[in-house]
Amino acid sequence: MSNIKNAFADGKAFIPFITCGDPDADTTIRAVHEAVRNGADLVELGIPFSDPTAEGPVIQDANYRALKGGITTDKVFGIVRELRRDIDVPMVFMTYANVVFSYGAERFISTCHDIGIDGLILPDLPFEEKDEFLPYCRKYGVDLVSMIAPTSEDRIAMIAREAEGFLYVVSSLGVTGTRSEITTDLASIIKAVRRNTDIPCAIGFGISTPEQARKMSEIADGVIVGSAIVKLLAQYGHDAPGHIGSYVRSMKDAML
Amino acid sequence: MTEKAGRFGIHGGQYIPETLMNAVIELERAYNRYKDDPDFTAELSALLNDYAGRPSRLYFARRMTEDLGGAKIYLKREDLNHTGAHKINNVLGQALLAKRMGKTRLIAETGAGQHGVATATAAALMGMSCVVFMGEEDTHRQALNVYRMRLLGADVVPVSTGTGTLKDAVSQAFREWTSRIDDTHYCLGSVMGPHPFPTIVRDFQAVISREIKSQVMEREGKLPDCVVACVGGGSNAIGSFYHFINDDGVRLIGCEAAGRGIETFETAATISTGRLGIFHGMKSYFCQDDFGQIAPVYSISAGLDYPGIGPEHAYLHDIGRAEYVPVNDEEAVCAFEYLSRTEGIIPAIESAHALSYAMKVAPNMSRESVIVVTISGRGDKDCASIARYRGENINE
Repeated sequence: MSNIKNAFADGKAFIPFITCGDPDADTTIRAVHEAVRNGADLVELGIPFSDPTAEGPVIQDANYRALKGGITTDKVFGIVRELRRDIDVPMVFMTYANVVFSYGAERFISTCHDIGIDGLILPDLPFEEKDEFLPYCRKYGVDLVSMIAPTSEDRIAMIAREAEGFLYVVSSLGVTGTRSEITTDLASIIKAVRRNTDIPCAIGFGISTPEQARKMSEIADGVIVGSAIVKLLAQYGHDAPGHIGSYVRSMKDAML
Repeated sequence: MTEKAGRFGIHGGQYIPETLMNAVIELERAYNRYKDDPDFTAELSALLNDYAGRPSRLYFARRMTEDLGGAKIYLKREDLNHTGAHKINNVLGQALLAKRMGKTRLIAETGAGQHGVATATAAALMGMSCVVFMGEEDTHRQALNVYRMRLLGADVVPVSTGTGTLKDAVSQAFREWTSRIDDTHYCLGSVMGPHPFPTIVRDFQAVISREIKSQVMEREGKLPDCVVACVGGGSNAIGSFYHFINDDGVRLIGCEAAGRGIETFETAATISTGRLGIFHGMKSYFCQDDFGQIAPVYSISAGLDYPGIGPEHAYLHDIGRAEYVPVNDEEAVCAFEYLSRTEGIIPAIESAHALSYAMKVAPNMSRESVIVVTISGRGDKDCASIARYRGENINE
């Protein structure tokens, strides 16, 4: 069991996503500090991948920018070590199965433990394939975060019963990216989850405005925002951290 | 060959977003329900025969055999199928299955454009709508096929992300499928991706080896000594190998695109230069860097320009049942020109990779031995780019 539960201990959690190394490691470090100072309860750090198949254009571009800037898995670990000198909130990695597999699953996951990473989100690792990494996650106390999608239906109970850390509830069909409207009946999905587990549920995909954050916080335990933050990095580059700080504050304030 | 559902040895699996899990489960159920259903198989057989022109010919390449002075060379003429390649075998099967599942829209990725053309064709035939994702780079290399797809009523979406080639087209097709599942079937073109695609596509392409087996038996009274096919994802190769896998005496040789050579970074030879990884829904071998970033591969052939290989091929390689050899651009272009002049057959540049290797081994084999080379497609689409390779500019 990791520290992830602490993020949900004190009201609804706001969870920002930041692609590591976009546009460079120093900006990532400053952006995370700003986000935490302004109310982030848990931070989702993206390790860039050459072919991010679950991402929309905004986060795809962030992956390409970061890789072009020379980021590697080892350099991301370095960023986390630097952050852990003064940041206590839980942090999780979001990346793709091949990044973990290629590094050596045990070597990757034991390093996560050593540097203070609490969980792993791997969008291309569904329930059926989680044994690929689960034994090492158990061994080193890193939560393997499960996802539930609008299409999960009869799979919800199975996934929820074995979920660890928190459950990542995907708000909409498709890939990451801001949406003007979220039409999925998330309340029913979360009700179905609740019948099977009491671990926290956080909703992600498509959320960008304080109004959406408030609405989502009414039905879930946490709100995950990626593309809207990554857009600030695309727009402001090295000057993005300050903008990210005030954005996180506006979202956190809007939530219950 | 499947040990447990969706696995070939350690390879295969279903490494896809949760959003798509019920879609692939539904596809597997539908496939298992219909694959031996008499109405389904009768309808598919009729389409393959009357519409696609099966069985495809097994042609004895007499002049080539005499010129090389060794093994008898037979060409399995998948290039003579309707739409000009083996891709139609799989597409007719999947489109029919999609119709049975109540889907009204097909999406597909394409490299050289042959799978896209086949999918657009099946969609036109069955009154379905169709969107084809194609790397931007490939839309230039294969402009003729882009026009053919549009003529057939499909939307062609150029994909400019990443390297703008086949792997990016596959990624974009997966993204599109994630956003629209209800009415849409992803008609994957090769023996790759998550289970059940590698099995479904293999089964629909296995008609190639079923025919080769009976055609060679009829002509030679024995099995071939060697079956040679090109491998990108590997659908024509697995189709050519499948019914020979348990015939130990038959050598199975897959020819990968080495591009400018396996010692360079400009190659797409996965078995020669890749290592084990997880990508596009499957565990298999991939060209990648030390941190698992997928490599920007290269080949003159848009259809073989893919950084991975289907999981069943990875398994056949592991157990030593099939051999995988690299063939570079220059060798493939020479074979492309050679077959055109020697037999009056212009092969797809993809198929020319297989031909090149057969030309290498045939002279060292006895005159009684038999090699079958699968000509997976016709080469009209490649004429402009091969001319360019030779320093000549022709207008298409």
